[in-house]
Amino acid sequence: MRRYFGIFAAVALAVALTAVGPAQAAHEIVIGFQCDRTGATQTVGVVICPGYHDYIRLVNEQGGVMGHRLRVDEVDHEYKVPPAMESYERFKKEGAVVIGVYGTPQIYALTQKLTEDRIPGTSPGFGKAAAADGSRYPYIFPIAATYWSQATAAVKFVKDQLNGGLKGKKIAFLFFDNPAGREPIPILEDLSVKEGYQLKTFAVPPPGVEMGAQVLDIAQRYRADFVIAHLFGRSPSVSIKELKRVGYPLRKVVSFVWGAAEADVEAAGGYALAEGYYGLQFAGVGQDFPVIAEIREMYRKQGKDAPKEMASTVYYNRGVLIGALHVEAIRNALKARPDGKITGEDVKRGFEQIKGFTLGGLVPPLEVTATDHEGGGLVQVWQVRGGKWMRVTDWFKAYPEVVAKAVKEAK
Amino acid sequence: MIHRECGVLKTTYEADMALYPLPIARWTVAALAVLFFLVLPFSVHEYYLSIVNLIAIAVVGALGLNILVGSTGQISIGHGAFMSVGAYTAANFAVRLGAPFWLALPLGGAMAALVGAVVGIPSLRIKGLYLAIATLAGQLIIEWTINHVTWISGGVQASIEMPRPAFLGVEIASQRGMYFFLMFFVVLAVVGTLNLLRSRIGRAFIAIRDHDIAAEIIGINIFRYKLLAFAISSFYAGVTGVLYTYYLGIANYEQFQITVSIDYLAMIIIGGLGSVLGAIFGAIFVTLLPIVIRYAMEALGGLVFSQASVLNIIPNLRLILFGTLIVFFLVVEPEGLNRLWRNIRNYFRVWPFAY
Repeated sequence: MRRYFGIFAAVALAVALTAVGPAQAAHEIVIGFQCDRTGATQTVGVVICPGYHDYIRLVNEQGGVMGHRLRVDEVDHEYKVPPAMESYERFKKEGAVVIGVYGTPQIYALTQKLTEDRIPGTSPGFGKAAAADGSRYPYIFPIAATYWSQATAAVKFVKDQLNGGLKGKKIAFLFFDNPAGREPIPILEDLSVKEGYQLKTFAVPPPGVEMGAQVLDIAQRYRADFVIAHLFGRSPSVSIKELKRVGYPLRKVVSFVWGAAEADVEAAGGYALAEGYYGLQFAGVGQDFPVIAEIREMYRKQGKDAPKEMASTVYYNRGVLIGALHVEAIRNALKARPDGKITGEDVKRGFEQIKGFTLGGLVPPLEVTATDHEGGGLVQVWQVRGGKWMRVTDWFKAYPEVVAKAVKEAK
Repeated sequence: MIHRECGVLKTTYEADMALYPLPIARWTVAALAVLFFLVLPFSVHEYYLSIVNLIAIAVVGALGLNILVGSTGQISIGHGAFMSVGAYTAANFAVRLGAPFWLALPLGGAMAALVGAVVGIPSLRIKGLYLAIATLAGQLIIEWTINHVTWISGGVQASIEMPRPAFLGVEIASQRGMYFFLMFFVVLAVVGTLNLLRSRIGRAFIAIRDHDIAAEIIGINIFRYKLLAFAISSFYAGVTGVLYTYYLGIANYEQFQITVSIDYLAMIIIGGLGSVLGAIFGAIFVTLLPIVIRYAMEALGGLVFSQASVLNIIPNLRLILFGTLIVFFLVVEPEGLNRLWRNIRNYFRVWPFAY
């Protein structure tokens, strides 16, 4: 009899587990979130991820989304692809309705899976620029300016800085020599024909910490009128330092979104050294936003200090932005199905209804549609001035027809 | 594998070289086949199959690298690049010419074998660390080429979207379908390697590893066999790259960077150089351990750390623990997991009568 008892117990347990599983899932909405706190881009990950979690926690503290609690399943994938695949399958098993993918190779690797399984995945500020085309990539949501939109915005900004005329001017494009770094080049070339400026590209080979020759060339031989920099990881700080060393004025340098954080300026030698340096942003910078105050208040109520990551506002706010857009898409999905039994398809439609949601200025006024998953490609330009990042322009986009043409022609 | 024999009763070379040394080995293999082809795929959730799939891909690559490093004694830090050669070759054939997987896969392997043999040419003059650097150069050159030649890489993004493999008109897309697809090639790779190592070619490889001058004196053509080792090993690597590409649905050069080469070297060193079972153990260990550690930490981490900091601590502690366990296993048994397994078997062979 004892022998059978063991079998009975095992069967009973298995039945109980399968019965309990789905019942629990109905009350909470699961989000899968990939993070890189230990890999190649860990300087970004250790700040973005707490920002994301803080926003979700805030939403849960305030009663969840229309009464439904959110649960984030985070997996650190060390910026490697196999763990990212494993984490994706884990999110799927947990019943995730939206997945925050992190990393360019990871979003490439997951594109097909996400589409087949009908789960929306977000790739803010990285990944394939052509994924802005919602009809071709129905389940991929860049939801922030892609590298193509950043390129057009940078050129527009340079044009304004050079008093409206780009004809005959020399622009240097200093980029990290990998696919993500090269992605904007066709756009810059298109625009050089259109605007009549001269473009020269300067590749920085990985790992991107040695660019003395390129910078010297830009400053002394090519004598660029403006530099557009597109670097990752440690290299932005090196570029600031090197450009300063050869005496190139930093107020003639504008960086893409991954080279414009507090950490880059600090690693380059501080704000005094980097004075004048411009950077593009797809989320608001600083702490003057109601949502940041609310998060601070949430921590204060729990008798804790606000997390130290909050001081690194560029990346922290991007984490908040990703969280806010996920929540907004889920809220839109729940409006159609208030019982909380939403699927990835519902959230996809939820993303496509995001419009006029700004979170007090931290999020650009995106307008995501079924065909435009980028939401307009809006950026702000900020500048290092007087010891901190200062806003120079409001949200803007430029040459949308050039980006649209490239998206359409992309293979 | 898991059987045990009683006494050594082999009297002929054929008996010594047999694939199944004992009748029970047949049963073991049959039982494993039933487990892996009938029980496992239909009893567990797709998520667990996805982990097995990642292991399966790693097993093929580790087996190939082990032929070169473990059996022939030549080192290569270029296997990540050979995988990318296979991946991009297959992707180009599949996308431009619509080649089905049974054609794209061997073509990818063959191209990788060719490139691998070329990169292996320095092995004729240099050995050890010098060869490691030469193959490292191969890795960097291939990486650069794929990164910059858009004719190969299909555009500035250096990625080619791959159609799903189709078998008898059925598209293989689910993890379960992929499982059978990958397992078929794992079986081919394992049987192929077992047979290779007991063939004339395999014996020549081992002779070169043990003493290349002696091997040359007994009539082994070093030039031929060293390049053959590079070619065969790279063929496996190329196939791994193709399988990986089919699995992900995209060929992307960032998935085959130098860390991948190092990961595969780690697998065969932890598993045990020169043995088929060791390569399998190593692939399982390196792929599975981080996942297992993460689950353990998620279950137990909350007891020690606060819930907020646990998310930050898990990945860091996992790296430390992973490294520590590698050191631990190598200190316990420098010859790898395979040797550890054999020690356990030998212990139980005479158990409970130790003498």
